[in-house]
Amino acid sequence: MRVTVTVNGSEETVDDVWEGESLLYMLRERMGLPGSKNACEQGECGSCTVYLDGVPACACLIAAGQVEGREVRTVEGLAGGERLDPVQEAFVEAGAVQCGFCTPGLIVQSHDLIGRNPAPTDAEIREALAGNLCRCTGYEKILDAVRLAARRKAAAR
Amino acid sequence: MDFLRPVTWEDALAAKAARPGALPLQGGTDVMVEINFDAVRPEALLDLTRVRELAEWDEADGRLRVGAGVPYARLIAELGDRLPGLAQAARTVGSPQIRNRGTVGGNLGAASPAGDGHPPLLAAGAVIEVESEARGVRMIPADGFFRGVKRNALEPDELIRAFWIVPAPGPQYFAKIGTRNAMVIAVCSFAVALHPDERRVGTGVGSAAPTPRRAPAAEEFAAAELDWDGRGPLSPAAARRFGELVAGAAAPIDDVRGTAAYRGHALAVLARRALTWAWNDHRAEGKEAV
Ligand SMILES: Cc1cc2nc3c(=O)[nH]c(=O)nc-3n(C[C@H](O)[C@H](O)[C@H](O)COP(=O)(O)OP(=O)(O)OC[C@H]3O[C@@H](n4cnc5c(N)ncnc54)[C@H](O)[C@@H]3O)c2cc1C
Ligand code: FES
Ligand code: FES
Repeated sequence: MRVTVTVNGSEETVDDVWEGESLLYMLRERMGLPGSKNACEQGECGSCTVYLDGVPACACLIAAGQVEGREVRTVEGLAGGERLDPVQEAFVEAGAVQCGFCTPGLIVQSHDLIGRNPAPTDAEIREALAGNLCRCTGYEKILDAVRLAARRKAAAR
Repeated sequence: MDFLRPVTWEDALAAKAARPGALPLQGGTDVMVEINFDAVRPEALLDLTRVRELAEWDEADGRLRVGAGVPYARLIAELGDRLPGLAQAARTVGSPQIRNRGTVGGNLGAASPAGDGHPPLLAAGAVIEVESEARGVRMIPADGFFRGVKRNALEPDELIRAFWIVPAPGPQYFAKIGTRNAMVIAVCSFAVALHPDERRVGTGVGSAAPTPRRAPAAEEFAAAELDWDGRGPLSPAAARRFGELVAGAAAPIDDVRGTAAYRGHALAVLARRALTWAWNDHRAEGKEAV
């Protein structure tokens, strides 16, 4: 089937999409957007998190056909040209990235948290990131990164 | 495989009538896992996310009618004050990403014995509205909806439209046992709802029998035992007895998540605590009102 969807602000048409295919597969294998990672394909790890119509969700659990006419924003769509989003910068600076596999999902989910709640408490950060697994960092640096990004965002106001 | 995309409820019912083998797809948090892992290959997917009616809720004659496609996150944000038991259960489902997509309609469709939405619906006495093109609407009480492990009362041409539920007339609690605070399928779960206006206690037991179910003997015991007029304290012995009766209503099995014996024990503890919390809230409300 054919799917027409706005991804990171530009309307795209994709052909030969299998009806049972996930949005994650379509993004990675048909649209050249491998930022969203495929680790579990069952909603457990969060590494495929994208925005669908402004709401973060696991792309592996969205059928490609469900995004027809809708808006998807992936980790590739957060930076403004060469300038990283403050959440991305904070992840780099705080050392929140090791192998990097979990990073795109964590960045999208953190981006959403800070967008909705500019001064999250530690409990709120943990709750927001409860669906994102990381096997490398032990999470402490990730929490540092989110706190840093939130502080920067508050200071920029 | 076909991908069907009705945009109205009438079209969705017509599509299901014409293609009873089409698998409804809402948030996809159950369906897509099965497709990704090749566990199901339906002849067609019937995407319901474009059917606007399913994503809406309204209130009429003192009851809420909540569309099958309202995701948990919206349920918590928009109805958490009126449906505290269901909202507590919704907060324990999966993760934020899962709660943004997953729905009570999908939970009912999957009809897992461990579905967290079920115990609060049972405790509150919710009614499930289902519909087919050929026979119209059927209103199925929650305690008649679950028919076996992952089986529900739906006919092949029927879809779930909504659930009907009374805004909480008294305190409600949901409690669940799991290994961590997120991403956990219940080892067992329990919901209680007080209906002080009717001097009645509703219960729902999850993940401890082939289907979610009520604990009728525990409900009757509590209704008779509680001091509805004086709002006097609940004795520890009565709370314990209530817990035992709830555990007695279950028919748990041993599986990877826990043994039958542990489930029975844990249910008795959860039920004792949940009734105590609910009754203490009810007593505190009585004092405020004076
Ligand atoms: C990582 C992860 C964690 C999870 N954690 C929990 C948890 O903690 N607790 C819990 O209870 N569940 C959990 N689940 C399971 C799932 O999220 C829930 O069952 C959810 O409620 C399903 O809703 P959905 O809208 O995504 O359903 P879908 O996957 O779209 O559908 C589920 C079933 O319902 C049917 N269906 C959907 N809508 C209708 C309708 N309107 N009429 C008729 N049939 C319909 C579908 O055909 C399918 O059989 C989890 C799932 C994942 C992937
Ligand atoms: S790949 Fe989607 S949640 Fe793991
Ligand atoms: S950095 Fe390797 S999984 Fe998180």
